[in-house]
Amino acid sequence: MSATTDVKKPSQATQEMNGADILVESLIREGVTDIFAYPGGASMEMHQSLAKAKDRIRTILPRHEQGGSFAAEGYARATGKVGVCMATSGPGATNLMTAIADAFMDSTPLVCITGQVYTKFIGKAAFQETDFFGMTLPVVKHSYLVMDIKDLAYTIREAFKVATTGRPGPVVVDIPKDVQQNMIVPDWPGEITLLDSKLPTFATDQQLKNILHLIEEAKRPMVYYGGGIVAAEAYDELKAFIEKTGVPCSSTLMGVGAFPETHQLSTKWFGMHGSAYGNLAVHNCDLLLAFGVRFDDRITGEVSKFAPQAEIVHIDIDASEHNKNKIVHHPITGDIGHAMGRMVELMEQADFKKPDLGPWVEQIQNWKKDYPFSYEESPHILGQEAIRVLYELTKGEAIISTGVGQHQMWAAQYYDFKYPRHHISSLGLGSMGYGYPAAIGAKVACPDKHVIDIDGDGSFVMNVQELATAKIEKIAAKAMILNNQHLGMVMQWEDRFYDSVRGNTILGDEKNIGSPENLDGLYPNYVEIANGFGLPARRVHKKEELRDAIQEMLDSEEAFLLDVITPYTEHVLPMIPAGKSVDQMIVK
Amino acid sequence: MRHTISVLVENKFGVLARISGLFSGRGFNIHTLNVAPTHDPKVSRVTAVVRGDDSVLDQITKQLKKLINVIEVHDFKKGQAVSRELILVKIEVSAENRSELIQICELFRAKIISVQHEDLVAELTGDEGKITAFLKLIEKFGIIELGRTGNLAMHR
Repeated sequence: MSATTDVKKPSQATQEMNGADILVESLIREGVTDIFAYPGGASMEMHQSLAKAKDRIRTILPRHEQGGSFAAEGYARATGKVGVCMATSGPGATNLMTAIADAFMDSTPLVCITGQVYTKFIGKAAFQETDFFGMTLPVVKHSYLVMDIKDLAYTIREAFKVATTGRPGPVVVDIPKDVQQNMIVPDWPGEITLLDSKLPTFATDQQLKNILHLIEEAKRPMVYYGGGIVAAEAYDELKAFIEKTGVPCSSTLMGVGAFPETHQLSTKWFGMHGSAYGNLAVHNCDLLLAFGVRFDDRITGEVSKFAPQAEIVHIDIDASEHNKNKIVHHPITGDIGHAMGRMVELMEQADFKKPDLGPWVEQIQNWKKDYPFSYEESPHILGQEAIRVLYELTKGEAIISTGVGQHQMWAAQYYDFKYPRHHISSLGLGSMGYGYPAAIGAKVACPDKHVIDIDGDGSFVMNVQELATAKIEKIAAKAMILNNQHLGMVMQWEDRFYDSVRGNTILGDEKNIGSPENLDGLYPNYVEIANGFGLPARRVHKKEELRDAIQEMLDSEEAFLLDVITPYTEHVLPMIPAGKSVDQMIVK
Repeated sequence: MRHTISVLVENKFGVLARISGLFSGRGFNIHTLNVAPTHDPKVSRVTAVVRGDDSVLDQITKQLKKLINVIEVHDFKKGQAVSRELILVKIEVSAENRSELIQICELFRAKIISVQHEDLVAELTGDEGKITAFLKLIEKFGIIELGRTGNLAMHR
């Protein structure tokens, strides 16, 4: 060895790193503090790097990749930060698929990193190989297959930029094993920018003044707001806009909490199972201000009969949402926070004549009195009641996640959400099994908050294995299962539209169906399951014990499962059957 | 209605799959499709001719604009753009009708680029009307093979 080679000892800045280390360093540079990652052959290199970096980034091992990816979604929904999950190639990657589609539907910023087989094996049907890039194309905002280590650091930078710019969404980064193993001196990218056409645009003053003029003339205006408000974090602008104009509002489920539901001008949320008063208000309004929404079929029902008397203004950052489901009179593309904030400024500058909405607001108050969310008292605990008690005991301060089904609708109906990012639910895709892993993700992000998964017995069991994650990783996410031994929402449709013929909607023994009156028939035993995972749990079936049981769940220092036994005979009401309109709303 | 959609994209793998997926995912068949790099090798132009419902195509055009690697999208209305297509066609010929065929080719300014004893290959460029007329006239000779580039379009 010559003396000269010794002199050329590389400094820190020119140190070679392998791809896996570059990935982890890139994540840290993006501000990632937590990642949900399940290892396997094609991703273990990256787990080795994560192990080395454990003081700087927390790696949480889910017990199924789907659980990990739902947890990353819950994390993102609770914070607005990018949720990050990782899986190996093949089956590890395909197990992320549902969460990716879910994040695509609900515009959740998600970066999914997958290991891929060695580049030389790609296309050879190698062990645990799938074309994950190809497979995810229709459900990603964007995706990358990193074939060269030189592109890796830049790709990660861009992936985070894409996931969070404009309308957020999921991004897949597929990294072959040799790219993880190769060595290179990394070239850390600085600020990067996307193509101009991907950057947010802004409504013009002229467009906004036109809206203000419409409001001045309106007799029965409504604001219909959704997930766009949350994505833009435009809560203050929305509140200022509503209070300055005095226009009442109703949200989508994605928008729940963006404006306090306890506010006098709120009609909570509307749509298929939304408030009757919210539905009536939107149906009868003469001006509909649609802010950050997408006219989903669960909102509109029969679209031609949706808000039939209204002139419709639609502001959204995504131009492709304009006239997609409903032809609107005033489509405006732009950042919703800017648009509402600017309208408030314009109201102050110009002489905005606040319309007299007294009779309209009074009408809505009357609808609220006439058609509140309500249920008939029962000798047994009802799901609605359990949620109401949970609301009281948490003072409406908890973060609530849900599975999909009746319990999901009741959670949104009977828990009043005061804050944004406190209602975490799979809304566009409707993925059962979402609730508990999402609660885990939210709890990791917000350790000082109560995080409770209000779940159904069907949904919960779809990711029951995540109890192990909660136990081992010490994540105190609670599960309150409204256990009616049925797939309640499908059963409700069977009762309403299929002569109550049960098509595989009973979860236990059909000849011995469990209920509050037949405790022996209850299946499975959730308390024993939780105990088996090393977690405390309690079953409650007596009304008089409900409050105490919920308090015990809330007081638990660690994760806790509360199995609430309810009758299966309840239906979610009100209900506007699919493809129908407000005239056909079933209230009782 | 018939639409000619011209998309300028970054020349990266997967772009074409993303674009075609927006059509196939909505049950739309792409009538013609052409892809090639522009004068800037980092940028390619994709030209697709599609028939379908205007509102769905409006939706697809907007979705195309959202794709991260798409630079710009034009949905050309009738008369806004000039468009051309190139075809190669192998036609059966015999000693008796060869001269008639060559005459037709000359009339259409089609180039004959290969001649064999029993067939010849002609190349023709033109708009859709011209190409349809040409194909109609040579049909009787017998078309053995036909290849078309699909439309290319550019703003006037």
